[in-house]
Amino acid sequence: METVDTEKQKSSQALRMIKSGIAVGFPIMLGYLPIAITYGVLAKQAGMTLTELTLMSVMVFAGASQFMGANMIAVGAGALEIIIATFVLNFRHFVMSLSFMNRLRDIGLNWKAPLSLGLTDETFAVSSLHTKEAKMEKGALFYTALILTAYTSWVLGSVLGGVLGDVIPESLSQSMGIALYAMFIGLLVPSVKKEIRVGLIAIIAMLINAICAQFMSTGWAIVIGTVLGGFCGIFILKEDE
Amino acid sequence: MILLIIIGMSLATMIPRIIPAFIVDKLQFKGWVNRWLNAIPYAALGALIFPGIMTVKEGEPHIGLLGGLVAIGLAYIGLNVIIVVIGAIATVFLLTAVI
Repeated sequence: METVDTEKQKSSQALRMIKSGIAVGFPIMLGYLPIAITYGVLAKQAGMTLTELTLMSVMVFAGASQFMGANMIAVGAGALEIIIATFVLNFRHFVMSLSFMNRLRDIGLNWKAPLSLGLTDETFAVSSLHTKEAKMEKGALFYTALILTAYTSWVLGSVLGGVLGDVIPESLSQSMGIALYAMFIGLLVPSVKKEIRVGLIAIIAMLINAICAQFMSTGWAIVIGTVLGGFCGIFILKEDE
Repeated sequence: MILLIIIGMSLATMIPRIIPAFIVDKLQFKGWVNRWLNAIPYAALGALIFPGIMTVKEGEPHIGLLGGLVAIGLAYIGLNVIIVVIGAIATVFLLTAVI
């Protein structure tokens, strides 16, 4: 009987983690769908087939890079050029992944490695503000559910955009462009309310990014803003936070 | 050709993401490195929000900024992220489509 009970407990804990991962990932879905649809439309116009544009979403799973890739394919840029530009634009994920994986130390490499592949700006931002699950039993399932929610909506949205073509009126899709920024704000503000110093780090990173963006690509500007902004955190944050 | 580009892009995005998973398994970090890594999410959020938010509508930075201000307000009074997102979308929609 006892073993049955603990089995039950384990599976209900797993279910709880999956449910809360989906719930926490839901705002990402809301932000991704319109953007993924737009990507699908654009990629189709760039001359990619439905299979190609879907495959790109499945294998690359990086919004900004995919938009850029579709654009560069449309203007006939070379493969190497596109791949290098992707690397530059997405290099920030190295820094984010380092931060995220450091939080997941208690979780095995067999979970960490696949989870790291699901890291985007958005999944990173949301996961990083839910750090206590990393220490909980079956915590890996929480992050898996969160990432799969985002991933599914990204891939499905791309297909939808590719199939339906330009269905969303421009004024609406343009308004949707604010969605992910609003989500980032919605994540940042509660943290700042809890600990004002966190806001200082964000503002320093914003300023560094804005200055760097004047004379380098967006990708590098965000990398430098994030890395240097984080460095300020060494002096601003207390030991345990 | 496009398939080659997709595979290349896939590797270019996968490698930077997966390497840290192996690094943290091999290394223990000093206190200041941990503090740096713990500050990264907030720095990243800052860098992702600004100045990118000003490009929501091309040539009209105030649209994105106003949407952002509404988001700050809604988040500050403690509303759920989903409401914050919807509120910001509605603001930008009203500003661009109606006015």
